[in-house]
Amino acid sequence: MAKLILKKTPMREQPPEERIHNFNEVPYGYSEEEAVAEANRCLQCKDPPCIAGCPVEIDIPGFINQIALKNFQGAIDKLKETNFLPAICGRVCPQEDQCEKYCVLGKKAESVAIGRLERFAADWEADKGKVKIPPQANPTGKKVAVVGAGPAGLTAAGELIKRGHQVTVFEALHKEGGVLVYGIPEFRLPKAIVAREVDFLRQMGVEFVASFVVGKTQTVDELLEEFDTLFLGTGAGLPWFMQIPGENLNGIYSANEYLTRVNLMKAYLFPQYDTPIVRGKRVATSGGGNVAMDSARTALRLGAEKSMIIYRRSRRELPARIEEIEHAEEEGVKFEFLTLPVAYHADKRGWVKEMECIRMRLGEPDSSGRRRPLPIEGSNFKIPVDVVVVAIGQSPNPLVPSTTPGLETGKHGNITTDVATGRTSKKAVFAGGDIATGAATVILAMGAGKIAAKAINEYLKTGKW
Amino acid sequence: MNRILKKRVLTSEIKLFEVETPLIAKRALPGQFVVLRLNEEGERIPMTIVEARPEEGVILIIFQEVGKSTKQMGTMKEGDVIADVIGPLGVPSEIEKFGRVVCIGGGVGVAPVYPITKALKEMGNYVISIIGARSKDLVLLEERMRAISDELYITTDDGSYGQKGFVSDELQRLIDQGKKIDRAIAIGPVIMMKVVSEVTRPYGIKTIVSLNPIMVDGTGMCGACRVEVGGETKFTCVDGPDFDGHLVNFDLLMNRLRIYEREEKIALEEYGQGKGRNL
Repeated sequence: MAKLILKKTPMREQPPEERIHNFNEVPYGYSEEEAVAEANRCLQCKDPPCIAGCPVEIDIPGFINQIALKNFQGAIDKLKETNFLPAICGRVCPQEDQCEKYCVLGKKAESVAIGRLERFAADWEADKGKVKIPPQANPTGKKVAVVGAGPAGLTAAGELIKRGHQVTVFEALHKEGGVLVYGIPEFRLPKAIVAREVDFLRQMGVEFVASFVVGKTQTVDELLEEFDTLFLGTGAGLPWFMQIPGENLNGIYSANEYLTRVNLMKAYLFPQYDTPIVRGKRVATSGGGNVAMDSARTALRLGAEKSMIIYRRSRRELPARIEEIEHAEEEGVKFEFLTLPVAYHADKRGWVKEMECIRMRLGEPDSSGRRRPLPIEGSNFKIPVDVVVVAIGQSPNPLVPSTTPGLETGKHGNITTDVATGRTSKKAVFAGGDIATGAATVILAMGAGKIAAKAINEYLKTGKW
Repeated sequence: MNRILKKRVLTSEIKLFEVETPLIAKRALPGQFVVLRLNEEGERIPMTIVEARPEEGVILIIFQEVGKSTKQMGTMKEGDVIADVIGPLGVPSEIEKFGRVVCIGGGVGVAPVYPITKALKEMGNYVISIIGARSKDLVLLEERMRAISDELYITTDDGSYGQKGFVSDELQRLIDQGKKIDRAIAIGPVIMMKVVSEVTRPYGIKTIVSLNPIMVDGTGMCGACRVEVGGETKFTCVDGPDFDGHLVNFDLLMNRLRIYEREEKIALEEYGQGKGRNL
């Protein structure tokens, strides 16, 4: 090992002043030389703590070592032993809270750029044009229905087809990917990459049925007549609003609607695509998570002169990934911290014209461990706006639970599951991802899909519930 | 799947499709709708299921050509395939024996009121129907409605057929005659549903309206279709589309239907100059 290099090998990016005028991906990814250089920073620990930080337990030093040896095929093979969606994870995982958080190098220097290396290996395989199909077990004759083609469902589907089961994935929207296609913007996760990963599963034999709303087109009980078991990965599809005056005025969107119009329906290409979107000049996004960052950065690309994030706590408490916050700042998104919207005011035509806010201060820590924001009485002020995006979170989608007798739900509408297996209260039905946990991350949903797949495999083998 | 098996031109602007969708046909109940997407570039459009014939695996939809997408849809032919037909969505209408019901359809709103009227009749209600249009040649489904109604009244704005006036005038006349009415169903332009709800309010006649806001996914995911009912925000796609007309904030709905006025004009102009011209 050469001398310790303190900093991560930087990843080249589109300059901010350029990228705010297009929807192309922001980082370009590593070249082979850059990847090898970064891979050589890995200490190849004997007892690597990074793996414990990965919800799908990738052999991290293993794949990085292959990159260091310039055996890129070996690297992608290693990744795909445990992770079906490396091109996606390399882009959207919060690595700073997972693998990279535990990297031994991180104690003295910057941790190894594990996410960037994962992305490199996946992109290398795709650029080569020929994707290797991993070996599959002999057909078992068992049929599994996966409900929802998001990160949880896609992962479960991959794991189950690999074990020889017949897998059909039902998707309510017209395109597979769930939040990866309707939520995460093109500039952060190109839709061609999602399509590529879905196609990979298709090549492995997974059948996809789009525009099929389980609970409406057919119920869970009807599917159970045809399938041996079911995995529910229907996500957190129900957007929250704040229930404050004026929230239904024209120009106020839920983040789900704003992002779905732009990403899934391609409203940024209107009128070539039919779905329109209001292109505001002054856009305020309320919330501080990745979805809020995505919305505020999307607004810039739609031509906003001022794009603001309104967040009730301070910068330290922002739940978004660091990279997203930094990218938003570089692009000129303005942050109003310790600020809470309390009402919206309309112009004469019924469009939002002002967001009324109140200033906050931080009090004692709350149940989340973060300091609780408290309103400062009498600090109300108004921000002129013409588009507002409400990005304060979403709940599990109630469509399936409300149409499935015998399926227990928790107080937030989430499906109750056994965390270790994904089992629900209903025989032969498993669930995982946001529908079980409430809104979380892509990788946690994938982890849940993987755990459930293991338990489903066991159930199909033994028949024991 | 999703093939147009039959196309009928009902009026100059209103067309009927029978679409092959076996699974939706099997489950659809009166009051429910589908979301359509014509092609890869298409937007998602909600449309009421006018009739479901499970044995043939078809549903019937009726639409008025008002914007770019519906005009484009109007050029589709028998044998063509609609990219996506998603459903059946929404909560089915409440169908019970109420006694004497008045079913009111205005303009293309006669199409969605028809399946509810039929179900109410089959449930043993005494059905009075009022259907209206701008003029005689735009009156929709007259024979179908007559066949399932104990009394049928027709109004036209210009008096070219039936009573001159609005459906709400006819309803007021029936009430003034002292007809006992246990429930009213009204579907049509927002302003018509609003006026009908105002006509029935003083008499305490429960009035159900079916709302038609802008939607995207139709499964409760986006909130584009939010409406105010009794002071609370509801999502039309999963909480409706039927609501109590006396509680609906119709002015808000009308306002929200105007969000994309400018874009709708642009889309239509582009379509007129471009690929639409030769169709």
